[in-house]
Amino acid sequence: MTPVTAVSPIKPWRPTRRDYIVQCGILVGSFLASYLVIENTGFAGRLPLVIFFGIFAITSLAILSGMKRGKEAAKDAVMAGAAYTGIFALLLPVASILWTVTSRGTAAIYSGFFTTDMSQDPFSSTLDVGGIKHALIGTIWLIVIALIISVPLGILTALYLTEIKGPGSALIRFLVQAMSGIPSIVAGLFIYSALISGTGRGFSGFMGALALSILMIPTVARTAEEVLKLVPPDLREAGLALGATQWKTVALVVIPAAKSGLVTAVILGVARIAGETAPLLFTTGGADDTNLNPFDGNMGSIPFYIWKALIDGSPEAASRAWAGIFILMLAVLALFALARFLSRAKIVK
Amino acid sequence: MSNTEKEDGSMNSTATPATGTRTTSLGNVATASAAARARSEQPVGSGLEARNVHAWFGKYHAISDMSLDFPTGTVTALIGPSGCGKSTFLRTLNRMHEFIPGAAMAGEVLLHGKDIYAPGTDVTKIRLKIGMVFQKPNPFPSMTIGENVLAGIKLAQLKVTNKNDLMEECLERAGLWNEVKDRLNQPGGSLSGGQQQRLCIARSLAVRPEVLLMDEPCSALDPGSTLKIEETISELAKTMTIIIVTHNMQQAARVSDYTAFLLSDGGPGQIVEFAPTREIFTRPKDKRTENYVTGRFG
Amino acid sequence: MTIADIQRPHPSPTPRNLESKPRPSDRIFRGIVALGGFSSLIILGLIAGYLFLRGFSILQSEGLSFITGYEWVSSINSDGSEGAAQSTYGVGAMLIGTLVTAAIALVIGVPVSVFAALYLTFFAPQRIKRVLVTVVDLMAAFPSILFGLWGLYVLMEPGMYVAELLNKYLGWIPIFAVPVPVFLRSPFIAGLVLAVMIIPIVTAVSREIFAQTPLDRIQAAYALGASKWAMIKNVAFPYSYSGVVGGAMLGLGRAMGETVAVFTVLNILYQANFKILLGAGGNLASHIILKFGEASEEEIKALMAAGFVLFLMTLAVNMLANVIVNKTGRRGR
Repeated sequence: MTPVTAVSPIKPWRPTRRDYIVQCGILVGSFLASYLVIENTGFAGRLPLVIFFGIFAITSLAILSGMKRGKEAAKDAVMAGAAYTGIFALLLPVASILWTVTSRGTAAIYSGFFTTDMSQDPFSSTLDVGGIKHALIGTIWLIVIALIISVPLGILTALYLTEIKGPGSALIRFLVQAMSGIPSIVAGLFIYSALISGTGRGFSGFMGALALSILMIPTVARTAEEVLKLVPPDLREAGLALGATQWKTVALVVIPAAKSGLVTAVILGVARIAGETAPLLFTTGGADDTNLNPFDGNMGSIPFYIWKALIDGSPEAASRAWAGIFILMLAVLALFALARFLSRAKIVK
Repeated sequence: MSNTEKEDGSMNSTATPATGTRTTSLGNVATASAAARARSEQPVGSGLEARNVHAWFGKYHAISDMSLDFPTGTVTALIGPSGCGKSTFLRTLNRMHEFIPGAAMAGEVLLHGKDIYAPGTDVTKIRLKIGMVFQKPNPFPSMTIGENVLAGIKLAQLKVTNKNDLMEECLERAGLWNEVKDRLNQPGGSLSGGQQQRLCIARSLAVRPEVLLMDEPCSALDPGSTLKIEETISELAKTMTIIIVTHNMQQAARVSDYTAFLLSDGGPGQIVEFAPTREIFTRPKDKRTENYVTGRFG
Repeated sequence: MTIADIQRPHPSPTPRNLESKPRPSDRIFRGIVALGGFSSLIILGLIAGYLFLRGFSILQSEGLSFITGYEWVSSINSDGSEGAAQSTYGVGAMLIGTLVTAAIALVIGVPVSVFAALYLTFFAPQRIKRVLVTVVDLMAAFPSILFGLWGLYVLMEPGMYVAELLNKYLGWIPIFAVPVPVFLRSPFIAGLVLAVMIIPIVTAVSREIFAQTPLDRIQAAYALGASKWAMIKNVAFPYSYSGVVGGAMLGLGRAMGETVAVFTVLNILYQANFKILLGAGGNLASHIILKFGEASEEEIKALMAAGFVLFLMTLAVNMLANVIVNKTGRRGR
C-alpha cells in the first residue's frame, strides 16, 4: 500500500555531495602532495608514492574530522583509514597476481600447446614447439584418482560426525582440522617413506594421487560436515519415523537434500589440490613424455611442468611456467565459479 | 481502500495536538503516577518532536507519517500490536534505525527544534543526548558492573571529574545501588535479568541523556523485576523525557502520561490515536483503539 | 520374584535401557561410516609413525643435536661412495630460518588481515562485501607455486626497494644490517611472499570471528554515543581477541610448512641467518626439497627425520590454533 502523498525515502545518514567533494579534494590534494614529495626527495617509484599518499590522505582526513567533531572523531577517521588500507593491501597482491598471470601467461600458448608434450624439446627451446599434453593428462589422472580415494573417505568422515555422532567425534573433528593444516611436503614425504623408499616401487601417478588425497580428505570432510549440518533434523526424524533404517534415511533423504552442497565440497577439494606441487616432487617423478598409465612410471603434471620450467631458468622456460600457471589459475577460477553457482542454487531451492 | 485508510491515518495524526495545546493539556493529566511527580524539577526546553516520520526497510514501508511531540519531563508510551512499527519509530528517534541494511526514512526529528537528521550532525552526540534501553538486557560481558555503568563515558571519551560519584548516582537512580554496591567489580553478566536491565538503564544515565528511549524494557523480565523497572521509570521521569514501547497495556497505564496507539492495517504502521494515557484507556476516540485497549484484538 | 526384591519392596525406579539393537543393514552402514570416519586418525598416525620410523636411526645417532645442530654435512655421496668428512645432521639453522620467515610473515600479514577483516565486517557495503569475501576465498585457493612465481618475478623488485630503505634508515638495528649489500632473494622477501599467502586465511578467520560479535552489544555501544572505532575497540576486540590470535596461528602453521614458494623466492643456503635483509637462508621444508634430489640413503633418512620434526611442529601449532578458534567461536555464539 503506497501512501497517497508521495513521500520518497531518503537516507540522511549517507554522506552528502558536499562531503564527497571535500573527500575527493583531500584525496587529490594528498596525491599531489605525495607526488611533490617523490619528485623532490630521494624516494622514487610507485611504491613510495602509494605509501605517501596513504599517509597524507589519512592524516588530513583525521585532522578534518577532528576539527569538525573532536578527538574521538579523529581517531575514528584514522581507524577507518587503517581498515581501508588493510583491504587495499589485501587486494593489491590479488590484482597484481591476476594481472601478471594473464599478461604473461599467454605468450607460450600456441596452436599445438595442448597436443604436444615436452619429450622432444627442452624447456629452453623456442615457444612454438612442445606443450603440456603430458601434464594435462597427468593432472587429470591425479585428480581422478584423488577423487576416487578422498571423496568417499571425506564424506564418510562427515557422515560419522553428523549422522552417527559416534565415540570420538570431537577428537575426529579436531584431527580433521589439524590435518588440513599439515604442510603438503609432509604428505609427499610420507608417501615416499611408506610406499616408495626401499620397496622397489618407483614413482608413479598413483603415488602422487595418494599424497594429494591426504590433503584433499580434510577439505572435503570439513566442507561436507558444514553442509550436512544444514540438513534440518526433522528430515532425518521424518525418515526414521516412517520406519526406514538409518542407512536408508541417510542414502535417500539426507544425502539427496545436501547433494549440491556435497558437490561444492568436492569441488573445493579439487581446487585445493589442483596446483599442489611439493608432494608431487616426492612421488610422481615428473615426466616430459606422455604417460597414460598412472600405476607405472614417472608421470608429468601441470604443477610439475611449472616447477621444471622454473628450475630451468631461461626466458622461454619462464614463459612456459607462466603459461602453466595461467591454465592452473583458469582451472581454479572455473572450479570456484562452479562452486559458487552450486551453492547459490542450493539457497534458491 | 488504501485511500480511506490513509485518510484515517493522516486525520488522526493531524488531530494530534500541536505543541501549544499540548502544554495546556499537560495540566489536565491526572494519572496517579504523574500527579505524584514534582513538576517543578523539570528542565525547560521544547524536548523531542517527530514530524511526518516515515521509515522503510528496502522496499518495505514500515511506518508512515508519524508526528508526535514529546514534551520534556513526560513519559510517553507507544502501544500497538506486533508489527505496527513501534520499535522502528522508536529507533528513528535516536538514529539507530540506520544500522539496518537497506533502511531509509523521511521526515524530521527535532531535538530542541534542531533536526537530528540534518547534514553535518554528529550522530554520536545525538545518541549521547537520546539514550536507549533495549528489549534484552545487554551489559558488556567483558566489563565489571562498575565499568558497565561508565561504559558510555569510556566509549564516547567524556570527561568526568569523579567517576565513583557518577557511578553511585546512576546506580542509585536506576534503583540498583543497594543491590550491587558491594560487588561493583564482578562481571555484569553475574546479575539477574532484571538487575542487568537496571544496569543497562544506569549505563544509559551515565552520559546524562535528555531523553531515554525504552524498547520493551520489561518483556524479557519476570513481574517482580518489571515492577522495579517501572518504579525506576517513574523516578527518572522527574528529570527527563521517557518514551517507552510496550506490549503490556497495564504497564502503559501505570507509567505513562501520554499514550500513542499505533496500528498497521497491512500497510505501513500509523498513529491511530494519541492522547493523555487516561483518556486512551477510558474514553478512546477511535473504535480501533477501543478494540485494542479492551483486548478485543491484538 | 527373588527374595532380594521382596526385602526391598520400593526400589527407586531404575531407568530402562532405551537402546535399540540396530538392524543388520544399519550395523554394516555404521561400521563403514565409522571406518571412514577414523581414516583421518589412521592417516595421521601412519604419517607420524612412518616418518619417525624412517628417521629413527638418524634421530638416535644425532640425539638432541638434530634439533640444535647448525651443520648438515652428508659424508656419503648419492652414488654410495664415502665422502671425506664425518656426516652430521642438524636442522637448527633451518628451524631458525623457518621461524624467521614465518615471523616476518606474521608481522606483515596479521595487521593487514585484521584491518581487512574489520573493513569487511564493519565498513563494507553488503554487495562489495560479498564479492570481496569470494576474492579472499579464491586467494586462499591459489596454489603456492603461483605465489612463488609471482614473488620471484613481481614482488622481488619492490621488496628489494623496501629492504634497501629499511637497511638505510634502520640499519643500526642488528636484524636490518647487512654485511654485503645483497638484497636479492632474502628471508625478508620470502617473508613478504608468505605474508601474502597467509593474509587470506587470517582474514577469513578474523572476519568470521568479528562477525560473531553480538549485534545487541554493538547497538548498545552505538546507543551510548560510541564512534565506530570506540565500538570496535571496546566491544568487538574483547570478544574476538583470542579468535584472531588463533587465526594468526593458523597462518603461522601455513607459513612454517610452506615449501615451493620459499624455495622459489629464497636463496637457499644452509646457515642461521638473522640478518633478514641478506639474500641467504631457508626453511625446513625448502631444505628438504633442496637436498632430496641428490640425497644418499642415509641423508634421505635424515630428511625423513626433518620431515617428522616439521610435521610435529606444524601439527602442534595447528592444534593449538584450532583449540583457540573453536573456543572463541562457541563463546561468540
